[in-house]
Amino acid sequence: MTDPGGLNILIGGEAGQGLVTIGQLLAKALVRSGYFIVVTQGYQSRIRGGHNTFSIRTGPRELSTPREAVDLLIALDRETISLHQGDLHSGGLIITDLSWGGERSDFVGVPFKELGPVKLNNTLALGVAGALIGLPQDVLLNVLSGFFGKKNPSVLEENRQALTKAFQWTGNKAPVFPKLPRVSDPGKRVMMNGNEAIALGALSAGLKFFSFYPMTPATSIALSLAAQAESLGVIVEQAENEIGAVNMAIGASFAGAPSMVATSGGGFALMVEGVSLSAMTETPLVIVVAQRPGPATGLPTRTEQADLDFILHAGHGEFPRAIFTPGTIEECFYLTRQAFALAESFQGPVFILTDQFLADSYRAVSSFPIEDLPWVGPVSDPPNISFPYQRYALTEEGLSPRLIPGMTDHLVVADSDEHTEDGHLTEDLAVRKKMVDKRMTKMEGLLREASMPEYRGEPNPDVLLMTWGSTKGAVLEAAAELNKQGKRTGTLSFSQVWPLVADHFSSILEGAKEVVAVEGNAQGQFARLIRRETGFPISRRVLRYDGLPITPEYILNSLKA
Amino acid sequence: MVSLEDFGSYETAWCPGCGNFSILQSVKQALVDLQLKPQELLFVSGIGQAAKAPHYLRANVFNGLHGRSLPVATGAKLANPGLTVVVESGDGCNYGEGGNHFLAAIRRNIDLTLLVHNNQIYGLTKGQASPTTAAGQVTKAQPSGVASDPFNPLAVAVAMKAGFVARGFSGMPEHLTTLIGKAVRHKGFALVDILQPCVSFNKVNTSAWYKKRCYELPAGYNPSDWAEAMKTSMEWGERIPLGIIYENNRPVYGDHFPQVKQKPLIAMKPDQEQLIRIMNSYA
Repeated sequence: MTDPGGLNILIGGEAGQGLVTIGQLLAKALVRSGYFIVVTQGYQSRIRGGHNTFSIRTGPRELSTPREAVDLLIALDRETISLHQGDLHSGGLIITDLSWGGERSDFVGVPFKELGPVKLNNTLALGVAGALIGLPQDVLLNVLSGFFGKKNPSVLEENRQALTKAFQWTGNKAPVFPKLPRVSDPGKRVMMNGNEAIALGALSAGLKFFSFYPMTPATSIALSLAAQAESLGVIVEQAENEIGAVNMAIGASFAGAPSMVATSGGGFALMVEGVSLSAMTETPLVIVVAQRPGPATGLPTRTEQADLDFILHAGHGEFPRAIFTPGTIEECFYLTRQAFALAESFQGPVFILTDQFLADSYRAVSSFPIEDLPWVGPVSDPPNISFPYQRYALTEEGLSPRLIPGMTDHLVVADSDEHTEDGHLTEDLAVRKKMVDKRMTKMEGLLREASMPEYRGEPNPDVLLMTWGSTKGAVLEAAAELNKQGKRTGTLSFSQVWPLVADHFSSILEGAKEVVAVEGNAQGQFARLIRRETGFPISRRVLRYDGLPITPEYILNSLKA
Repeated sequence: MVSLEDFGSYETAWCPGCGNFSILQSVKQALVDLQLKPQELLFVSGIGQAAKAPHYLRANVFNGLHGRSLPVATGAKLANPGLTVVVESGDGCNYGEGGNHFLAAIRRNIDLTLLVHNNQIYGLTKGQASPTTAAGQVTKAQPSGVASDPFNPLAVAVAMKAGFVARGFSGMPEHLTTLIGKAVRHKGFALVDILQPCVSFNKVNTSAWYKKRCYELPAGYNPSDWAEAMKTSMEWGERIPLGIIYENNRPVYGDHFPQVKQKPLIAMKPDQEQLIRIMNSYA
């Protein structure tokens, strides 16, 4: 194994063969046994057939990025062998059907037909893989029970039997494979992907209303919330389209419910007028955009970081906004909480920008200390507001006391037109100027609260890898390898890309011999933004826009070129 | 006691003689008749001359974007079922730009009242055809006459079994006041399509044109007879029926959310123990 972190398992097959099921079960068994994981899902925009993959990189130490080289390939169809055998390390194995492989030494030919019916092939493969890497059989059996549950005892029983048979067969017939090192103290961790962490972060922050129109790869945020809505007193509403979704969320937020929408680039294109409305009416709104490659329908199920320019500029007119770009599952959780707090306190639109890779990437994370985390809610009704209430009262900070309609004796008037302090439409141009200034003044508060980018490495490195969002993990691991090779490398990762405070990072950029921007788009959008905001040019770029996530190998190979 | 004075009196941006004045008066009178306080009311509107109406009375107001008043109102009503929500906007806003939201609101049967000022023309943008402009009518934007057939909002609403479907006329204010009152009282989605002249830009559908044609549905008319209502909703031209065309008691949207029992979401206390259980379910 050349993977410094551990072991890379790739499951490939057609949609409908149950590869995601066994991928999730294997990942969960690994997490429960104390291992860290990084899952990458590659699927096609179809329900049956095609070629899909579910890869799990796992090991006893914390992992933050996928890698490309494969140690254990689970081929549920023949195409997987031809497509991925080139990725196999020397010493790697391919778990496949006995009848497909002949006598190759790197094949683990499983006699699926002898061991069970076709529908159980995925569970049999799971058992063989689990036994090969040394996962305890009882952990996998427990995971199976949790998945099939009490709903379907006969299905659970046949899957348990298949798993047991696969363990027996592997013990007797399969070649030896290096086992994962045992973890003595597994710790208490949960398995969660980016979308699930955003959903949980939102609930923990006090989300009360979520509206959406289904769109890959954002939909699982809606599904995670819908599953819990009733028990938590949250409304999840599927709207007639994204325009309806964003306007509903604004209506609910106006009526006092902390609100969020989630979509991908194409759906967000429809929501854009709502961003402007949130800003003009000063109604808090959290907007999640899980990116996928565009333009137009693009590659619906793949990943990219190409909507930064779009999110940065979306919405007509001038107004402040904040954009968070989480790089890990933990950041998905905590930055979503921060987005809610900020949306409520600055009364406007706040973005969370992720992508398909992070949205679908399961990881092992420590349980969040929910009992210690405060809820955010609409600013409570200030007691000393005189009549008549002015929703847009001019203040030094640009923030006006926010009341909720129907909750006090005051009347709340909000308007998408330019308006007076009391919320009524106006064409008084002197008022117009004051209101623009008021809204823009809120930028000062956003700047004060802006998160610093995270720098890792020695001061004044030879190479500085600069990145944002989900590419953080790949950059960290690439930098570690470069440092091992003797090249002094630092990393600068942005988890908030707007607003930018140049003082937070200018000296770091200037102190490096060479700065390389690493981004999942074709133009180096963030590098251009840095140039625009600071004047600092970054000409060297590692870019990826073939629909796959950036990996450490990809960065290292690009730097060699 | 709530009185007309509670709803205030404001200078407007409307043309003299506009049907909007009489509609505004009917709205205020209906609210007084229902003894609803301004604080209990949320008016949501879009863009257009009709959509300015909520600025001319005292209430909670959200004046949003063109065509989008229904989704904003839906979100607000779900977040606080205690609010009496009235959506007020024109034919272009609701039937054109917001057409899909109109269909969705009927399907949901969300408990709000939709007042559509229907003058069969775009007034604010100065006289282009609206979705309800008659085929053949000449405008500056349609110099050879409107080529599309007009949208029949009442027939669509009845076909979809909307909770409450009515038509009023700004020239018959007492009748209109009664209709608006009944619409606001109706539990579920209530549409009042209000015919009104546009004195500046619609020279065809004038006050006299409507007066000649509009008639009140007779006392024996049964609005719960769907087939009869379908027929009535199609009547247009020489004679135009006014009144409650169709009404039913479909389940109201939101009642299926046990989490909102006539309590605003803002007043619901968070349940941290449940959240911790949810987090542990990911283990």
